[in-house]
Amino acid sequence: MDKESLLNAIESQFPGLISNPAEPHGMLTLEIPVNQLIPLVQFLKNDERANFVFLTDLCGVHYPSKAEKEFAVVYHLHNLEANYRLRLKVFVGRENLDVPTLSDIYSAANWMERETFDFYGINFTGHPNLTRILNMDDMTYHPMRKEYPMEDATRTDKDDRFFGRDGHEGVTFDQNKQIAKQNG
Amino acid sequence: MNTTPQIFANDSIDGELATLNLGPTHPATHGIFQNVLKMDGERIISAEQTVGYIHRAFEKIAERRPYNQITPLTDRLNYCSSPINNLGWDMTVEKLIGIEVPKRVDYMRVIIMELARISDHLVCNSVIGVDTGALTGFTYMFQERELIYDIFEGVCGARLTTNIGRIGGFERDFSADVFKRIQTFLKEFPKRFNEFGNLLSRNRIFMDRVIGAGPISGDRALNYGFTGPNLRAAGVDYDVRVMNPYSSYQDFDFLVPVGEGGDTFDRFMVRQEEINQSLSIIRQALDKMPAGDYHADVPEFYLPPKKDVYQSMEALIYHFKIIMGEMKIPEGEVYFSVEGGNGELGYYLISDGGRTPYRLHFRRPCFIYYQAYPEMIKGSLLSDAILTMSSMNVIAGELDA
Repeated sequence: MDKESLLNAIESQFPGLISNPAEPHGMLTLEIPVNQLIPLVQFLKNDERANFVFLTDLCGVHYPSKAEKEFAVVYHLHNLEANYRLRLKVFVGRENLDVPTLSDIYSAANWMERETFDFYGINFTGHPNLTRILNMDDMTYHPMRKEYPMEDATRTDKDDRFFGRDGHEGVTFDQNKQIAKQNG
Repeated sequence: MNTTPQIFANDSIDGELATLNLGPTHPATHGIFQNVLKMDGERIISAEQTVGYIHRAFEKIAERRPYNQITPLTDRLNYCSSPINNLGWDMTVEKLIGIEVPKRVDYMRVIIMELARISDHLVCNSVIGVDTGALTGFTYMFQERELIYDIFEGVCGARLTTNIGRIGGFERDFSADVFKRIQTFLKEFPKRFNEFGNLLSRNRIFMDRVIGAGPISGDRALNYGFTGPNLRAAGVDYDVRVMNPYSSYQDFDFLVPVGEGGDTFDRFMVRQEEINQSLSIIRQALDKMPAGDYHADVPEFYLPPKKDVYQSMEALIYHFKIIMGEMKIPEGEVYFSVEGGNGELGYYLISDGGRTPYRLHFRRPCFIYYQAYPEMIKGSLLSDAILTMSSMNVIAGELDA
């Protein structure tokens, strides 16, 4: 399998779904709308041209400055026969964190989705048991979100500027505090 | 008509069910995690797991640490084979930055990683012995593991949480003493290891205990995201070293052993044979060890020799910048995986050009395959469940992120 044949196979089934495939460090990365996730993954797993039988990894990412695309869920799929890896990304905003579960397609997704819920609060709809897995049940927030800095909030020497992030994707410490305040 | 009441109908005592807490602290769980079992006599009807007893927030901490300070965090994932975690992380960063390391570094890394694999498999297999009641092999194999730790100590100064290697290579070359220790190990270990194998692998009592205990089919194992020896025991020959060779694994000639039934015996035998293959890889690496430097020529990322720091301006500047975490890291996202002791250990790294990762996610094989445990032990006896857990080699540190 190569990039062209895979993209053609997807195009024949889902016309116009893939607009700008990227390939950072040699891994094909596709950004897809949330409502197409389940049909596409089912196609990728069951279609003999695609044959992605293995879910390698699933995790969340938080981009606080992107309003509509604040949270990403990243999937790594692997076609073991052709040894071809594929990365899928879906984005959701803070108002609606619903992403359909993959746990009926890949059993491996079950705990990885619970972990992503625990860390970022992504609501995997249809999940059989969406509860926290690493943190304690009565925790009231999702600690991997960027608005929760690791350090004591009164410290001024651990500002994002000290990590080389002026004008970069990450938000500054003050913005962090504002977001945290808005969310109560 | 038989009027005497049947006490043990279908193995259950009066149809009465019991709830049994296995863990969080129990010698047979080999770590701090809990299984709440619903038992019908000795038979398990269902199991409910928890894993979060040692959450240490690596991924959150990693977002505030310069790249070279993340290596010690990876030590604590699978602490039975920390060097694989360390070197996998170094190679991930090298892939992001685009560093080519000299061939000698690749071979040195292969030796260290295969030694770590041997020590990891030794712990698992000798503990399977312990859980079947054979303590002797364990006591002998732990002495062998100490010899491997002696080698690590000679390379980096630490034994368990090694923090071995640096971005771009090793902090120092292997000394003559280290080479001597590796040679001695290669000469003497196989004898004692075969003795251990002979005690168990064709032992009738052991075989009766482990054959058919906690089986899983290849299909289910793939669906559950199994990797490593556990997947290979189920008959799927997926090994990252062969499929996506890193650190020059394509230069070595080795076999990928596979099992058939995916039961405890197959997992035991796959690990036994992998130890033999690892020994062969180490021999090949020693024979073919290329001359050259023990680190890449990347002064922006690799610390200069201390004596230069006092005499050369460039060395002083680089030293300061590396220590203060001011390395220039390009933007990008990269997924890199190595064959850890328990399977595909993956690193998903997103850099936004800052001095710390924007996001770092570890794919821990244990965390992913341990969720299959209730399915594997359903309907089996409690004693088989204990064996199944030790043969899956669930390491508590690797359940965490």
